Order: sequence, then structure tokens, then C-alpha cells
Amino acid sequence: MRNIWTITRRELSLYFNTPAAYLVAFMILLILGILFYANLMAAFVRQFAPGVEVILSPFIMILLFGTAAITMRTIAEEQKSGTIELMLTAPVRDSEFVIGKWLGAFLFMLIIVAITWIYPLVLNALVDPGIDQGPLLTGYLGVVLICAALTAIGVSISALFSNQIAAFFATLGVYLLLWVIGVPSQIQGGTGDSLLAYIDFSDHFYNTLFRGVIGATDIVYYLSVTALALLIGTLIVETRRWR
Amino acid sequence: MIQVEALTKDYGKRRAVENLSFHAEKGEILGFLGPNGAGKTTVMRILCGFMPPTSGSAQVASYDVVDQSLEVRKRVGYLPETVPLYPDMTVFNYLKYMADLRHLADAEERVDDVLEIVHMEDRAEGYISNLSKGMRQRIGIAQALLHEPEVLILDEPTIGLDPAQIRDVRDMIREIGKERTVMLSTHILSEAQQICDRVLIINKGHIVAEDSPEMLQGRLTGARRISLFVGGDPEGLLNLVADVPGVEQAVSQENGGVEFETSPGEDVRAEVARAVVGAGYDLLELRPLDLSLEQIFLELTRDEPAIPVVDGHIDEIEDIDQNDDEDKDFQEEVE
Repeated sequence: MRNIWTITRRELSLYFNTPAAYLVAFMILLILGILFYANLMAAFVRQFAPGVEVILSPFIMILLFGTAAITMRTIAEEQKSGTIELMLTAPVRDSEFVIGKWLGAFLFMLIIVAITWIYPLVLNALVDPGIDQGPLLTGYLGVVLICAALTAIGVSISALFSNQIAAFFATLGVYLLLWVIGVPSQIQGGTGDSLLAYIDFSDHFYNTLFRGVIGATDIVYYLSVTALALLIGTLIVETRRWR
Repeated sequence: MIQVEALTKDYGKRRAVENLSFHAEKGEILGFLGPNGAGKTTVMRILCGFMPPTSGSAQVASYDVVDQSLEVRKRVGYLPETVPLYPDMTVFNYLKYMADLRHLADAEERVDDVLEIVHMEDRAEGYISNLSKGMRQRIGIAQALLHEPEVLILDEPTIGLDPAQIRDVRDMIREIGKERTVMLSTHILSEAQQICDRVLIINKGHIVAEDSPEMLQGRLTGARRISLFVGGDPEGLLNLVADVPGVEQAVSQENGGVEFETSPGEDVRAEVARAVVGAGYDLLELRPLDLSLEQIFLELTRDEPAIPVVDGHIDEIEDIDQNDDEDKDFQEEVE
């Protein structure tokens, strides 16, 4: 536990020391701001009261790219510079190393998520009599869970590469695959398809949390994806020793 | 402290280390000598728990490097060959980080201590990316010393240092080696000669010699080698010397001199001197040579045939020679 926290602390301070991380955070907030503004305008023109979905639906898509950009360096950079040799010869378990890396990236993403809280506040002030608070809370719970799962996947994939750009695109590829894997099931139906639907990343968000419904299966789903990804990441680091 | 039995490591189909066995005791400085690609780094990485061997076993501080990897890692200080550091951290933060990972109670004091040992106190707040190669090397050594390890494994610790720093580091290693076990790899032979209690020469994953530097030297200097130098035109000198009874393997040198060997126990210097002077040469120098560790090293790591030239590619042996030339130059700088 102590090692995890030591690694996490270093990771976090590194994010705050590198311009790249600020740039990614800035881009996420900028694009979200622009889309928020555009959605507000659209609501104004079409005369309907916007809910929290005008923030959340663009935010989730931006998160796919943002998380991949934040996690791509985590382990790939260590493999490139050879510092992984230091980590793997220090008295640190491979799992502690991976979890520490993940927690650092996750906390950084949480900070970005926390900053976006400003948009619902603005929205709440603009819309009379205020926005629906249920979907706001469950939606943000969903965002946090999705961040946890995405960063875990990103960190694990980063362990496969020593090239950050390669890690970025591989991560993005896996994200998008998970995002659309449930689509065929909407057409076909059947056991195989319901399995696909269960694996699908977006279904667990849009069908429930996004609409203000808290489903235990969805929370369990995101938490298990996180745990599974971290386990795979640990295995990747471990097998690295045998290569 | 270090016990290695029949260690073998394959990288895919390539065998890097084969059936290696050796040991090192507490308070011993063990030198690991070999040409590039001989398997030195591989063995060290296995001992540090970075990767497991393909077969065989290794114990460090009586813990198995595979089954009790964490225990081994707690007790070993390791300086990897490439000296990996985090360029975006300050020296102090980096060392503090490594100290925290080792759960040192008085981490900050230890960091100050090791910085003092490597004479880098004044750069503690500087970023690692701004340090020179030699300074990074010293930070790497500082990192390996943080937890006062029982076993110190240093992969080419003096590479990239300036002559004064090399001397400092060697003194430091000797000092540390008094109480702890130090294992260091090098391809600078005089370095092994100067600091190590025992030298292991490995080539292509095999141990080709193992002894103290003095004994290694003695082993191959049964025959005495003598250098002869005359003034004026040395023509005919070689034949003259070779004809003296007791002289073996006389070869002329580029500088006009002649080097020859005598059979063990025989001193033919007087006869050679008489013959040379009698033939009208001006005898300037007649000097016995010691086989340096360098020559022993070349002797031991040489394959048959002596210089394999395949399709115009001169391999390995040529490389070794080049390295040694570099080392000589390097040494001259030092001295």
C-alpha cells in the first residue's frame, strides 16, 4: 500500500510538472467548453430547457481521447528510458507498480472531471428552475467510473509499448472497440449478442447512469473492468521479465 | 553472499549465459571482466531480480533470486549499465523517491548522506536532465547506496566519468568493499586489477578464468618476456637474438626493438647482451616485461583461429582489440 502511494504521488506531481499533461487538460476543457456553448445555443434557438446531457454526452467522447493521451506515457516512458529496470529491481511488487501508475493517472483525470463541474453550475444558473439533479449526480458518478476503467485499460496497454504514440493509438483502438462492440447486438438479438451488449462500454452508461438510474450491474461492470485491466497490466509487466 | 549455480539464460534462441557458477563472500570485491556481449549485464540483472534465469539458481544474501525476489531486492543496491534516471525530477526528489520505495525511516537524511558520499550536495535541487553524464553516474551510485545494501552490484560504474571522478569512485568502491560484497563489471582491465580482490573473466557466457588479479598474472607469466632496444639501424637484430640459445619466440617490434621470451627459470639476458654488443649494436634497453591483465584477457578470450576473417568481416576479436586500445588511451588519460 505504501509503495502504491509513493508511486502515485510521484505520478501526480509529474503530471503537474509536465506541459503535456496541462495541454491535454486544457484541450479537454476547451473542447468541452465550446461544445457546451454550442449546445446551449441550440437549446436557446429550439426553445427547450437543456439538462446535464448537454455536458455529459460530449464529455464522455472527449474523455476517450483525453484518457488515452494521459495514460500513454505511464509505463511506456519507463520502458523507453530504461527506468523500468530501477522499478523492477526496487523492492516493489509488479502489482503495486501498476496500481500506483493507474491511481496517479486516475486522480489526475478526477481533477479534470472536478473542474468540469463548473458547467453544470453555469447551466443550473441559466435554466429556470434549475436542472434535474438526479441525472447530474448519477451522470458524474458514471464519468468517474468510466475514468477509472479507461485509465486502467490505458495503463495496461502502455505496458505493452515503449513508444508512447503507439500506446496512444492502441489504447484508443481498444476504447473505441469496447465502445461500439454492443452495436451489432441491437440488430440481432440472442445469447451471443447479449454477451456483446454486456461487454459494451457505452451501454452501461447511456442506458442507466446517464438517465439518472443507478444500476448495481453497471457499477460492478466498470469496477470489474478496472480490476481486470490492472490484473492484465500486472501480468504484462511480469511477463516482461521473462522476455 | 552471492552464490550462483549452473546459471543459464537464453534470449529466444540465443544463449547469453551458459552454466555459470561462482560465488562471492562478504567483504569481497568481485570483478566481472569480459568483452562486450559476454553476458556480464545478463548475470547482474538476474542477481538483482530484474529477470529470472532460464535454468540454474542464484542466491543473494542467502535468498533465492526467483522465489524470494523481494527479499533479494531489499538487500541489493544496483547500478544498471545505462544509469536510468528520471530526467524530470530534481536530484533530491529522485533520491527521496527511491528511498521512499525502500521504506527508509530517515529518508531525507539518507539522501543527504549519499549525496555527500558522491560529492553532489550542491546539485541536490537541480533537475537531473541538466546533469552531465558523469554526474548522472554518481547519482546512480548514490541511489544504489541509499539503503546501505549488503550487496552492491555495479554495472560498469566508472564509464563516462572524468579521471578524477574515476579515482574517487574507485576509492569509494574499495571503501564500501571492506564491509559489504561488491560485484562490478568492467571491460577496463587495469580497473579490475586495481580494485578487485578476485576477477572473473567471462567470454560468450562462459567463465574462462577466475582468480585474484595477481594470481592470474602469475599463471600466465611462467615464461618471462623481455624487451630489447638498440640504437641505430636494427637490421639483422632479430636473427641475431633468435640465434642465442634459450631465446624463444623472438619478434621484432614496430619501434625497431625486439621482444622475446625465455624458458622458465633461465636467465639469458647476459648472453643476449654480449651477442648484441659483440655484433656492434648500441644496446640501449634490456627490460623484462610483465604480462598485463590486458594480455591475459586477450589470451583467454581469444578464439581459434586467432583472427577469424569471414567474407571480409572481421568479428569479435577485432572488437576486443579496439576496446582495449580505447582502454589504454583511457588509462593514459587517467594516469
